[in-house]
Amino acid sequence: MTAALTVDNLRIAIGDTIVLRGASLEVQPGEVRGLVGESGAGKSMLGRAALGLLPSNASIVSGRIAFEGRDLLKMSEGERRSELGRRIALIPQDPMTSLNPVKRVGAQIGRLLRHHLDLSKRAALERAAELLTEVAIREPERVLSLYPHEISGGMRQRVLIAMAFACNPSLVIADEPTTALDVTVQRQVLQLVERLRQRHGSAVLFITHDLGVVAKICRSMTVLHAGRVLEEGETAEVLAHPRHAYTRALLAATPRADRPAETLRPVPPALIDQLWSDARRLDWLDVARPA
Amino acid sequence: MADIAVRAMAAPPSRLLAGVRRGGARLWVGAALTAILVLAALLAPILAPHNPLEQDLLSAQLPPMWMHGGDGAYILGTDSLGRCVLSRLIYSAQTAVIVALIAASLAALIGVSLGLFAGSFGGWVDQFISRLIDVWMAFPPVLLSIVLAAVIGAGLTSVIVAIVVVDWTRFARVVRAETMVQLTRDYAAAARAIGLNRSKVLRLEILPNLVPLLVTLLAVEMGIAILVEVILSFVGISVAGDTPTWGSMIAEGRQIVYQAPWIMALPIGCIIVSVIGLNLLGDGLRLALDPVQRS
Amino acid sequence: MRWGEIIRRLVLVPPTLFGVAVIVFVLLRVVPGDPISMMIPPGASQADIGRLRALYGLDQPILHQFVSWLGQVVQGNFGRSISVRQDVLDLLLTRLPATIELTLLATLIAVVIGVLAALVGILARGRRAEWAVDGGVGVLLAIPDFLWALILLLLFGVLVPLLPISGRIDPQVEIDFHSNFYLIESLLTGRLDVAAALLRHMILPALALALPFSAIIARLLKASLVEAEDQDYAQIARARGYSRPSILLNEVFPNALIPTVALGGVQVTLLLGGTVLVERIFSYEGIGNMAIDAVINRDFPLIQGLVLTFAVLFIVLNLAVDALVTLLDPRLRHG
Repeated sequence: MTAALTVDNLRIAIGDTIVLRGASLEVQPGEVRGLVGESGAGKSMLGRAALGLLPSNASIVSGRIAFEGRDLLKMSEGERRSELGRRIALIPQDPMTSLNPVKRVGAQIGRLLRHHLDLSKRAALERAAELLTEVAIREPERVLSLYPHEISGGMRQRVLIAMAFACNPSLVIADEPTTALDVTVQRQVLQLVERLRQRHGSAVLFITHDLGVVAKICRSMTVLHAGRVLEEGETAEVLAHPRHAYTRALLAATPRADRPAETLRPVPPALIDQLWSDARRLDWLDVARPA
Repeated sequence: MADIAVRAMAAPPSRLLAGVRRGGARLWVGAALTAILVLAALLAPILAPHNPLEQDLLSAQLPPMWMHGGDGAYILGTDSLGRCVLSRLIYSAQTAVIVALIAASLAALIGVSLGLFAGSFGGWVDQFISRLIDVWMAFPPVLLSIVLAAVIGAGLTSVIVAIVVVDWTRFARVVRAETMVQLTRDYAAAARAIGLNRSKVLRLEILPNLVPLLVTLLAVEMGIAILVEVILSFVGISVAGDTPTWGSMIAEGRQIVYQAPWIMALPIGCIIVSVIGLNLLGDGLRLALDPVQRS
Repeated sequence: MRWGEIIRRLVLVPPTLFGVAVIVFVLLRVVPGDPISMMIPPGASQADIGRLRALYGLDQPILHQFVSWLGQVVQGNFGRSISVRQDVLDLLLTRLPATIELTLLATLIAVVIGVLAALVGILARGRRAEWAVDGGVGVLLAIPDFLWALILLLLFGVLVPLLPISGRIDPQVEIDFHSNFYLIESLLTGRLDVAAALLRHMILPALALALPFSAIIARLLKASLVEAEDQDYAQIARARGYSRPSILLNEVFPNALIPTVALGGVQVTLLLGGTVLVERIFSYEGIGNMAIDAVINRDFPLIQGLVLTFAVLFIVLNLAVDALVTLLDPRLRHG
């Protein structure tokens, strides 16, 4: 079976700084894969690269990003645009800034539907109301006529999730969608993502720094550090028997309900230093050995 | 950017260099054009080939020497009274430079003082000064300076007074707002925390941070002052009738624009070059002085 | 509440106007110079001068003059012009429409040029064309309106004589207008040839007023577009498969418009102030041109009326801009 998303030996540089050092991962159809790493690991950059959202000063040095077996980097602009938002969707990080402040919720969802599904204005609004019902928003018609600043952060995130699943995507990239939310809202959002994923049969790449979130909803996971994949596998397997020292350290630093808080240990700085210097040495090796 | 700033602070001599580099072409071009203007004003008696007031009615309205009918004795031609256009242009620079220097400095002095006052004291002082600025802004500036110059009467002083009275708000508004912003920043709070009183904080912490902004405003204001003087002399209420000014040359040229368009075109060119020079200089200085606010 | 803010500003209008009136009135009277000496024929007797002074109320104490003038103004009586010997309000009402039409046309031109320049600049972001547009905008901005007026007059009036350089309409065109809004009236009544003749006269002064203003619009809008394009919602729009031009127009532009109108709208007053000289240069019969004559002739009642008119226009414009911003920004509407 062709993977929904294949990232193969991806190297990305921002200016002279390398942020991804030959990272590879696969997301199978219908699978939820967690992509874990601390900030600066390059996990968001990987997600953004798949969506064509790299900042203008970033460049893809080498590697391949394929969606359902087709190379996204080699697709024509028009071809890629017809996939983006329809077959490949994004759940963004910050619901407060991710909706256009001067457009009504209905207009924003409607535009997406009309762009990809060729619906009439009226049909798009009706479909938008259905979508809002799917994400458990009461009085969807009223919400459609509101501006983003008039609804709560949790509700905005639900609107964004509804938009992500609006066109039956086969791949959803969730870029830390719960980070900016209250803990109580977080759980609802996770349940919502899980329910919609099942209904639409989408694969999800769940980018997060929170191992607890991964344990809850991801079947498999990939650990990223300094732009390198350190470990990957079934979530249960990795969490029970981490092979890499960094994963073990991450686990030890994650609070858990079944362990007293005193046993929490931060990731040892020596380990971090070691990993970074390894990563930088790799850069030098690659320069010495022309690709 | 950040590391340039840090390095610049660490080694004072290279700070100047770094600043000049940041200022770039604007700084150089602006400084060069401004220098030409000032030199023309200072050296007018040496540079001008003729007495700017000397009339030669027999050779009136001569075109510049390279045009058909031009005369080598009058490089840029003559006006309707046969006066040397080049000499008049050069002597006009004197008026322009004097007005620019004095009027802009005085406007800055008054505006900055009131702005600092309003911005740092707040309360009714700020209310009063802000209202005053509001009332001022309700006048069209050009009309106000014309009214002022007209009622005070012709002369250099009245031109300068007109500019200062109209334009102090430009400085006051910006300085007031900027002072308020700076006062809320951490370093100002820190300065107060270590026991500096208000005037010390203003002098030592706020004013230095306003300098790049003020230098830019001052250069731009000099350009504006030159323009206002041109406007006033164009309307016919600037300095005494026989002192050559670019504005009066334009007004005379406007009358015979179909017969001798160059008489109007040449002073316009001088004004544009001077004003653009001052603007570039201001821009360049801002870039050079302020490592953070780069465009 | 934003509308509350606008009401608060409305309440402040009368005191501001009162301040303007006081300043103009005092300014005109404390400084030397006498309108009567400007209007008397040489050799007039001292008694004649005294009679004229009494006629215009100039022999009263300043406070008395001010109170009686203000009392009249509140009733809509601005007095009689000394130099033109006509009712000031009539004069204003005859001339004001010409200036308003000129200002509207100039604003229209400025908005078109400014928005186009900003859009071209943002579409070419990071390329050489952006640099060229920015440079062009810089030149437009550095040269003020009255210099543009002179430049345009030389270029299109004299060197390449395409357009007339003085007046509002050709003296040959004898048309009875019902209002003093010649252009608007001729457009509304469908007399396009008359409108074209009027436009031929207006285009150079309007362009001169518009060019620096268009540069202000272009700068503000471009900076706002750049800032808005970097916002999350615009980035995310890319991930929805919208094309860049469509994102710029539909997502970014409506947001960038808000700060542009808020900051740039106030600059319309700059344009209005510019009419004083530009009208003078093109001998265009608006209130700006009249203002200069009034000042030179020390026509106190006319100057007072004109300055108050300008002040009212300035204040109205500022309020209109605030109202427009409130309309454009839903956060302020409900805020």
